[in-house]
Amino acid sequence: MTGRFRAASGGFIDRTQPLRFSFDGRRFAGFAGDTLASALLAHGVQLLGRSFKYHRPRGILAAGAEEPSALVSVRRDQARYTPNLRATEVELYEGLEAHSQNRWPSLAFDVGAISDLLAPLLPAGFYYKTFMWPRRAWKALYEPYIRAAAGLGRAPSEADPDRYANRYAHCDVLIAGAGPSGIAAALAAGANGARVILCDQQAQFGGSLLDDADPSAGSWLAHSLESLRSHPRVTLLARTTAFGYFPHNLIALNQRLTDHLQNPAAGQPRERCWQVRAREVVLATGAIERPLVFPGNDRPGIMLAGTARSLLTRYAVIPGTRAVLITACDEAYRAALELQQAGITIAMIGDVRARADGAWAQAARDAGLPVQTQTTVLGTRGRLRVKAIQLARLDAQRRLIGAVHSYDCDLVLMSGGFTPSVHLHSQSRGKLAWDDTVQSFVPTQSAERTRSAGACRGVFSLSGARDDGTAAGAAAARAAGFAGGPTAPVPERDGAMAGFAGALPLPQGALGSKAFVDWQNDVTTRDLALATREGFVSIEHIKRYTTTGMATDQGKTSNLNALGFVAQQLDKPIAEVGLTTFRMPYTPVSFGSFAGFTRGELFDPVRTTPTHEWAVRHGAVFEDVGLWKRARHFPQRGEDMDAAVARECRAVRSACGLFDASTLGKIEVVGPDAVSFMNRMYANAWDSLAVGRCRYGVLLGEDGFVLDDGVVARTAEDRFHVTTTTGGAARVLALMEDYLQTEWTQLRVWLTSTSEQWAVIALQGPLSRRVLQELVEGVDLSAAAMPHMSVARCRIRGVPALLFRVSFTGELGFEVNVPSDFALAVWQAIHQAGAAHGLTPYGTEAMHVLRAEKGYIIVGQETDGTVTADDVGLGWALGKNKPDFVGKRSLARPALCASDRKQLVGLFTTDPQLVLEEGTQVMQSPGQRPPLRAIGHVTSSYHSATLDRSIALALIAGGRARLGQALSVWTAGGEVAVEVTSPVFYDPQGARLNG
Amino acid sequence: MLLIPCPYCGARPELEFAYAGQAHLARPQDPATISAQQWADFLYLRDNTRGVHAERWRHTHGCGRFFNALRDTTNDHFLASYRSGEPPPSLPPDAGQAPP
Repeated sequence: MTGRFRAASGGFIDRTQPLRFSFDGRRFAGFAGDTLASALLAHGVQLLGRSFKYHRPRGILAAGAEEPSALVSVRRDQARYTPNLRATEVELYEGLEAHSQNRWPSLAFDVGAISDLLAPLLPAGFYYKTFMWPRRAWKALYEPYIRAAAGLGRAPSEADPDRYANRYAHCDVLIAGAGPSGIAAALAAGANGARVILCDQQAQFGGSLLDDADPSAGSWLAHSLESLRSHPRVTLLARTTAFGYFPHNLIALNQRLTDHLQNPAAGQPRERCWQVRAREVVLATGAIERPLVFPGNDRPGIMLAGTARSLLTRYAVIPGTRAVLITACDEAYRAALELQQAGITIAMIGDVRARADGAWAQAARDAGLPVQTQTTVLGTRGRLRVKAIQLARLDAQRRLIGAVHSYDCDLVLMSGGFTPSVHLHSQSRGKLAWDDTVQSFVPTQSAERTRSAGACRGVFSLSGARDDGTAAGAAAARAAGFAGGPTAPVPERDGAMAGFAGALPLPQGALGSKAFVDWQNDVTTRDLALATREGFVSIEHIKRYTTTGMATDQGKTSNLNALGFVAQQLDKPIAEVGLTTFRMPYTPVSFGSFAGFTRGELFDPVRTTPTHEWAVRHGAVFEDVGLWKRARHFPQRGEDMDAAVARECRAVRSACGLFDASTLGKIEVVGPDAVSFMNRMYANAWDSLAVGRCRYGVLLGEDGFVLDDGVVARTAEDRFHVTTTTGGAARVLALMEDYLQTEWTQLRVWLTSTSEQWAVIALQGPLSRRVLQELVEGVDLSAAAMPHMSVARCRIRGVPALLFRVSFTGELGFEVNVPSDFALAVWQAIHQAGAAHGLTPYGTEAMHVLRAEKGYIIVGQETDGTVTADDVGLGWALGKNKPDFVGKRSLARPALCASDRKQLVGLFTTDPQLVLEEGTQVMQSPGQRPPLRAIGHVTSSYHSATLDRSIALALIAGGRARLGQALSVWTAGGEVAVEVTSPVFYDPQGARLNG
Repeated sequence: MLLIPCPYCGARPELEFAYAGQAHLARPQDPATISAQQWADFLYLRDNTRGVHAERWRHTHGCGRFFNALRDTTNDHFLASYRSGEPPPSLPPDAGQAPP
């Protein structure tokens, strides 16, 4: 029922809880506590996937997160379809539905496997070498087909319906990894009251202890976990991967909450991303067993020795019947012994080394297992599962010793030693160094308040790892201010897991078939040899050229072998070849986890003006302006945008329009030195601005270019009401604060943002005074009493208001500033009062057209950070007689007064109905052949209902001297002639403005 | 995410701050009297320090104050922070070697 290859007893599985699941539609059963991989192997299913490039049949290589080959998709429903999961990590639940990947039509018969035969045509870098021409084939052939042929699982077809949570946490000691050293560290650190977080990527804590058949290991684990669970200041996080180490001890954890459950509760988050700020960190991330590199080393049934131990000890799975072990490490003999006890025949143990005199090797010999040294592998056989392995013995000169033997087997175990997992230490910018004893890179100097303990720093023995964890945990707690606690000697690194890196030697002259270095990206020794032959010497370059270590497993099983092989090729020690950079995430993390709550409506705040709901009710079409929703136009029945905008524009020019300008930035500048501050900050002269008057202000950067603009009112001797562009509000206030806090600290001035406090209702058009007259009290609106560019306090329908007579349309106009809470009522009152006068609400699009007809610029549209006030015709605004203001010195720089600077002009197309594209480049004269040099570009372009023709604003080199000239513009329809005009298309004398 | 020591509020996460460029670049008292080259240097020339760098930060989403900090650009350790207008504190020669 739950597998022919399951031992009668043992393992951490719950035999009282059988679980049904399916793989590629076939139904199986396993036990609670199984992974997908262990449950399938219990049924003798070894073929779990197809490789990335050559579509080679693959089984499992490793036992956990480092598994490169057995990638599967798990499906709950159409939207909950998760590709590229490691079968060794997928926990079984009742009804689990899993699928293999990268095969068609089936896993056992995959048409794509043809690429294995075509391998000579697909060397390292083939993508760059082959698909260069013809250019059209890129889109038609290469991208769609070749990319599809290589690959991993497919993405789900629907949006992710699950919730992903986010949590910030602080602790005294964070410990990554709950193996023997991590648990010992947690016990030590927690002993004196430090707040401890201990996390582990697996469902069960214990790390290597879980694979350890020795009962004393299990009892220590149980006892220790009991103690930690009852500790009030220790937090244990299972299924939680520390995947990223960020500056100043910020560690990112990915906690998987529901993927192991049959029926997750509704609304329960699927994953949680923790951002933990830890005073001290202990990295106890263990070590990963290395494969050996030999021809045909990737067939199903060929796995790491530790994987077989793990299958047997944790899951009671017997992964084969007749095994050959090939090893460079004493630890692997232990696997052979344990498998033999479980009834597996050990056909041969081939040790790569010249001598095999470790304790476990001796034990194996004593148990009667066949052992030979100086062994290498010439090849393997078997299509969907390994059937035989060819072993030979070589002397130091790679000459055969004796005959080549072929061993029939259905299981090949290999061990090249263990590589310390230094990923997080390296991510934290800690230094690494080659260690001859460990035969690997180990952590040296830390860049953060962190320390490594146990196997991840080369202390492999169980007692050593525990002592190292105790010492590290106590040291971390001490450093976080919690003295005392247990102590332990700090053990030395040991060479127990040192092994072999690179490719196993072949007899002189032998070629051998593909020997895989990187299982997940299908990188072989031939690819790496080709790269070094072609002249690559830097490991960073070789990595990118061959893609070794660049798959989703980031080379956890392959990096050191790649280094070893390159070192062999370049005839250098590995230490000199160097190491590639480790980057986060340690294992793949779902996008949902990164996004957390910030998706959909919570992705970004939405800012709405007080009249937003009114605009919605009146059919407004909105546009996003930064975070603001602004009404773009108010289409009436059957109108498209052009028609609506034309109607809105005509209403403003002939009667009056109503516009919500509340998004303008507003800054209150107050204090005895307010006028002095304004004189220094803005380019205009402010001494002459009387109370009750306002002025168009221009703000420059210190580099002399236009940064922002807006109307500035003097509402009292010591008080200015400064308006900014919608997008510039925060930037301008920050700039003002900067100068005030750091340059002009003696000025007694205070700045307050009032953008959200004041709503601004613009009433524009020849009838606007008449409409407003009926509503206001305490102010005389006549032209004599309230001329253009004046400001007054008054009441409008009883609401206190700051009333501006200003215009961004060229018409008689007012802007009513009222407290935001009253804005909707005031807006509705004006709208009602205006009904008899043809008052029409208008949106940002009409506003743009109306201002362009008058040649009024919009900062960010006519300007782009390289435009001076004079360029856009605002030279008149500059307070040239002021001794200094921000940007003044720059205006005297030669480049900023050159006569060929681009200047703002108008353009008329010959065809009055043709509206140019904004951004279009403008050429000197019509009829020229390419290459052409642009002399400017179109900044704004609209159809003007007022003029019944198109208009455009443009920045043209020396433009003001070109009035009347014919220039050329290229459009999608070909070349078009344009005539340079004044940028003021309508009412150039301003008669309407001052009416 | 950096943990930045605001001299007014204490250590706070980087999210609350805005970087504001190199510190101790005083705006010339009378820009009209200096040469175009001197002005261009003030505008555009900045140090590209490997090691201890005096720089300005603003605690935008906190107290709103600009302040100065000494940060080691090789490891992002903050060695000191101090108020605008104050001279940088002198550091011991081995400052920045150990994690903060």
